[in-house]
Amino acid sequence: MTLADYATFSNYAVASATVVIALAWLAYMAEWGFARQVRTPVRERELVTAGGGGDVDAHEADAPPELRRDLAGRMGTSFSILGTLILVAGVVARGLAAERVPWGNMYEFSCAGVAVAMTVYLGLVKTQQVQWLGGIVTGFAVIVLGLSMTVYVPAGPLVPALHSYWLVIHVAAAMIAGSAFLVGAATSVLYLVKARAERLTPNEEDRVGPIWRLPSSVAMDRLAYRVHAFAFPIWTFGALIAGPIWAQYAWGRYWGWDPKEVWAFITWVVYAGYLHARATAGWKGKAAAILALVGFATFMFNYVGVNLFVPGLHSYSK
Amino acid sequence: MRTALFLLLLLAVAAIPGSLVPQRGVDAQALERYQIQHPTLAPILDNLGFFSVYSSPWFSSVYLLLMVSLVGCILPRTLVYYRALRARPPKAPRNLERLPESRRWETDADLDEVVAHARKVLGRGRARVDVVDTEVRAESGYLREAGNLVFHVCLVIVLVSVAAGGLLGYRGSAIVVDEGGGFSNDLTQYDEFSAGALFDTDRLPPFSLTLDDFRARFQLTGPQRGAPREFEALGRYTSRPGEPERPFDIQVNHPLNIDGTSVFIVGQGYAPVIKVTDGDGNVAFDGAVPFLPEDGTYTSTGVVKVPDAVPEQLGFQGFFLPTAISTGDDSAPISAFPGAANPNLGLFAYYGNLGLDEGDPQSVFILDKDDLTQMTDTDGAPFRINLSQGQVTDLPDGRGTVEFVGLRQFVKFQFSASPGLQVPLWATSIGVLGLILSLGIRPRRTWLRARREGTRTVVEVAGLDRVSRGDLGADIDEIVRELQDEHPVAANDGPDATSTDKSIDDQHEDARS
Ligand code: HEM
Repeated sequence: MTLADYATFSNYAVASATVVIALAWLAYMAEWGFARQVRTPVRERELVTAGGGGDVDAHEADAPPELRRDLAGRMGTSFSILGTLILVAGVVARGLAAERVPWGNMYEFSCAGVAVAMTVYLGLVKTQQVQWLGGIVTGFAVIVLGLSMTVYVPAGPLVPALHSYWLVIHVAAAMIAGSAFLVGAATSVLYLVKARAERLTPNEEDRVGPIWRLPSSVAMDRLAYRVHAFAFPIWTFGALIAGPIWAQYAWGRYWGWDPKEVWAFITWVVYAGYLHARATAGWKGKAAAILALVGFATFMFNYVGVNLFVPGLHSYSK
Repeated sequence: MRTALFLLLLLAVAAIPGSLVPQRGVDAQALERYQIQHPTLAPILDNLGFFSVYSSPWFSSVYLLLMVSLVGCILPRTLVYYRALRARPPKAPRNLERLPESRRWETDADLDEVVAHARKVLGRGRARVDVVDTEVRAESGYLREAGNLVFHVCLVIVLVSVAAGGLLGYRGSAIVVDEGGGFSNDLTQYDEFSAGALFDTDRLPPFSLTLDDFRARFQLTGPQRGAPREFEALGRYTSRPGEPERPFDIQVNHPLNIDGTSVFIVGQGYAPVIKVTDGDGNVAFDGAVPFLPEDGTYTSTGVVKVPDAVPEQLGFQGFFLPTAISTGDDSAPISAFPGAANPNLGLFAYYGNLGLDEGDPQSVFILDKDDLTQMTDTDGAPFRINLSQGQVTDLPDGRGTVEFVGLRQFVKFQFSASPGLQVPLWATSIGVLGLILSLGIRPRRTWLRARREGTRTVVEVAGLDRVSRGDLGADIDEIVRELQDEHPVAANDGPDATSTDKSIDDQHEDARS
């Protein structure tokens, strides 16, 4: 294949992966929809005692809702795997087309970042059974891939400032940490939802509906912590060690309070705040989870807002 | 902790403004533009320190408070940790069943054997174990707190060394034109210069350099046409007067180091060579004038000041386009490519007083038009000069001529020395290692208590995690399983046997069914 063939292949692969991951998202949404139709034993008992048979008939279909629900969930994960494989192929082809690492501009960073995020998610599905995060993660992935089309640039060599192996290290660390931050944020959102539901529905008997299929808020809080505890040192390394070293070579200073650097620092400080909050009385739980979301918001602002709207040395989007 | 958290969040908020308005030390030109665009707001922001946020009193005070809080936090915790290191694992709580995870079973094995075995099992993974009577106490994960302390100590080192580096270092930039343009490390030669309060500007290392050739390569074809590909500055330098000259080759990502000062390429552009003759026909100006690029195709702006012209001083302001193409009959040409394929110089001309004698330092890139009058055509429109390389034009009213003689390039070099700036880098690196310990290690206490009841030994095991990870139950089960392998659960006789009398595997079997 010629370089142009690789580039074309990459474009098709990224587009197909976007579609497949969108299908994964639909399947995960369908899983939630079907889960609504699944009546728990409690609910059924109530219906029987109330003598309301008509409602039951309305939901009658060929397959029982549990089956459809589980099938949809499995389809979501299967589509996620397929989409991720295609995306990885697209990212690799992009690297072959450009003859360098495929994360040299915002478009490539988006594609490669989503590939890493999906891989991290699927890894966690395998080890921690976190399928329940699928809807948020795939939805987010589709948005980022869609957004990346707006900053598409054809494959090509890099501007001189990016000629450095520190690019590989620095950006790779940022992508891995960012992926974990995404999973952490998704977990924290669901944690907040679940913790609220648990508070509002103290009675076991009343706990019906898809939300109760989520893990307990305690378990989610624990997972969020572990994911952030994984991401934070990597972010520290990527943003506060590898970044400055590279900046020293490229621009002659380790740290210059360029907007990108400022926001990387803010992200770091907010996540340090999150880790502190988890050990501070009165900040555990809800406040800590909100801080984690703020941290992710600052990360995303750095990626979208600062790249596109704030001028600075890092304006590498185009 | 609450204070630390509050200060951390405050620091995050305080850092934001610096990313939204231009900063003095980061981009002086952007700041100038901003001040021109926001004439009323800019002075207010300036007074509040918004143009140098990271050295402003309010930002500094947040970070100083954070540092005080850090030190105030580290010292007592180090003491506590020191005591904890010397202390033995604590006594088991009276009621082990109250702990988050606990197991109980009975076995026919001998009491001492169970305790001896338990000591071995609980002591795995570098846990500290004590046996008192028939109670086994184990504690592990001491390194967590050590890692945490290392991390926070490193933060203090970073804060202190960054401040110190700023006080002892200097940084500046200067524009040097190729084909023999020179720079010697002297305050007067800098366009921008800043130094730490403890830096003695008389002690600038006395090097000098000459730029012979600057090579800029741009992508010629394809969709990324015009994107910069390579910049390379070739020349000679001497580290002090009288030393032999040595060649240099500076590229982006490959700075030159001269006696602790690093020299970087931070910008480049074109410097058209312009010759101006005045009304008397004398050459009043002849030299290369750097024009600053404004966009990716190097549409550049610049100013020519001719103070020696007679009868009145002359000034020019306008554009340089490396590859000009015309877009229509009347509109000005635009630049199509950053390489110099069709250089074009477009200038407006002024005469009068350049304002250079008033003593205020002036930017070479800004024409002070207060006492200048713009030259016009016969029909009153602004007089426009439009020259290709080699062309000459006459100014109106016999004020002289302007010639676009040739084209050179300039490089904006940055010179910087920041002694000891490796220190924060090393401190951060060690800090990350501490952080990994701190976040990765789980401090745990495990207890086992055994007692003799009739012919049987009753064993109780329980654990407590200071930071729960959800794996305590499984780990306790693992311990129990191992103990039960060697000291099997007593045969289940009697209808009153509770589930805790079964082996751990049976209990799981029960849970599954
Ligand atoms: C520059 C400011 C600071 C940063 C970036 C920072 C960062 C961190 C991080 C990332 C952790 C997580 C480690 C872990 O969970 O084990 C942590 C833990 C901790 N920090 Fe800080 N910290 C700062 C200042 C302080 C200050 C001023 C105090 C004193 C009040 C403090 C006290 C603690 C304590 C007690 C923990 C342990 C929490 C636990 O047991 O999980 N920190 N810090």
